[in-house]
Amino acid sequence: MNSAKERLVNGIVKENPTFVLMLGMCPTLAVTTSAVNGLGMGLTTMVVLALSNVFISLLRNIIPDKVRIPAFIVIIASFVTVVELLLQGYIPFLYDALGIYIPLIVVNCIILGRAEAYAYKNPVLPSLFDGIGMGLGFSVALTCIGAVRELLGAGEIFGIHVMPDSFVPVSIFIMAPGAFFVLALLTAIQNKVKINGEKKGKDMSRIQSGCGNDCMNCADAGCAHRLYDEKAGGTNGGQIKEGEKNG
Amino acid sequence: MSDLMKVSSNPHVRSKTDTSNIMLTVVIALLPAAGFGIYNFGLDALILILVTVASTVLTEFVFEKLCKRKVTIGDYSAVVTGLLLAMNLPASAPWWIGAVGGVFAILVVKMLFGGLGQNFMNPALGGRCFLLISFTSIMTNFDCDAYAGATPLASLKSGEAVNILDMVIGRTAGTIGETSMIAILIGACILILMGIIDLRIPGSYIVSFVIFVSVFGRHGFDWAYISAHLAGGGLMLGAFFMATDYVTRPITKNGQYLFGILLGVLTGIFRIFGPSSEGVSYAIIIGNLLVPLIEKITRPTAFGKGGVRA
Repeated sequence: MNSAKERLVNGIVKENPTFVLMLGMCPTLAVTTSAVNGLGMGLTTMVVLALSNVFISLLRNIIPDKVRIPAFIVIIASFVTVVELLLQGYIPFLYDALGIYIPLIVVNCIILGRAEAYAYKNPVLPSLFDGIGMGLGFSVALTCIGAVRELLGAGEIFGIHVMPDSFVPVSIFIMAPGAFFVLALLTAIQNKVKINGEKKGKDMSRIQSGCGNDCMNCADAGCAHRLYDEKAGGTNGGQIKEGEKNG
Repeated sequence: MSDLMKVSSNPHVRSKTDTSNIMLTVVIALLPAAGFGIYNFGLDALILILVTVASTVLTEFVFEKLCKRKVTIGDYSAVVTGLLLAMNLPASAPWWIGAVGGVFAILVVKMLFGGLGQNFMNPALGGRCFLLISFTSIMTNFDCDAYAGATPLASLKSGEAVNILDMVIGRTAGTIGETSMIAILIGACILILMGIIDLRIPGSYIVSFVIFVSVFGRHGFDWAYISAHLAGGGLMLGAFFMATDYVTRPITKNGQYLFGILLGVLTGIFRIFGPSSEGVSYAIIIGNLLVPLIEKITRPTAFGKGGVRA
């Protein structure tokens, strides 16, 4: 289960950091005003994620348990600084577009989350692929959100004009509220796909719950309890029915 | 013992008032303002109103069909939403503006949150603000055949003189339904006489707004300036028709006074200190968002709870 392919699929589909785990919302909502920005942010994060995963995994037997978080942050911050300077030097337009969100990659919870939940407990190679998989999942998600927002908000995709001239750009989509609309919409589509898959008899439950079937390394301690609740009728479903009655 | 006494469980007081009755009354109360808007701005306004109402009703119908829910377009609440939204559009807007706004108002603001009674924000205002942010230039273009140039509130803000009589009658530029204070007040009287709304929210809204303007308006208690503020823009429409929306106003009496005061202050802040000349929509939307908090602090104590133990 630690194979490279499994880790990549896990990052892109099963535990997609944006649509399933709902991690790293700050850059997700803030920089996805265009597909290029989304892709740039995703790939930048991926590089940092892969490198920091590798180093944390290498050092996992040396870092004392009690100070592991500061140690993670130091490692992550070093790579972020490297990537920031490289971007500033070689891709200045992306550096300008992403602005403050590049240094903020340090506190991106995906990176810290993978360090804590995976790299700190696993060998180097799986950690590398975990970082790449998670980073790719993040990139795909951000590019999708960015593309939809750019299409609706400016009539373009990757800067190429695609909508007919009569189309009036809905500029709310490249402002902050549009990010929430598009994120919610894409998450809803992902859930719909999952529900349809379940109806066809496939076991898709793990896609939604973000459960990699890896309880040893899972940070979600309340998981067993929640599974029990879902079997007993579903907490969420019950609440929705309550609401309808009140209406 | 032949006369059996009928004993039934509560409720004992019954009324024929239901959602569709109330909503139909609101539609009737909106007709004077809508009619004046059509008279004032011509056929464009009529088409825009029809498209917007059709769009809201159709959206609700299609959504409920797709989700296999009970179809609730018979309660006329979608008609009210569409009509209110159209009242808030400039007559120069193309027809698809009304359609897009109607879809957004019903689909995103109302149905996705659970339909009538569950929406946290006034759907019509949500739709209007969506349009205002998305299509700013279209939504603030009040040029039409009858009137060219700025709305009275914009003139007032830039310090030009305004004709208050025209503003009260409604012979000014503006959105379709907001210009005529008289037509809106006729509708408001219908609502109040029919017992649909009371004066708690509109009253505290308008009074607190007047106080705010006279304190911070840099004109002192200048009656002409204040009445121009009252007659101009969407204040009357907002105070009587949108702030009083059953779903998005507080339930408690004290909460309603507080809600009205909040709206008055917010509208004053937006109009006097804000970059735009109008602020009623945003004030009511922000007020809507604060309703849960208002209800939390104004919840009356149940009988027997609290107090001092003797």
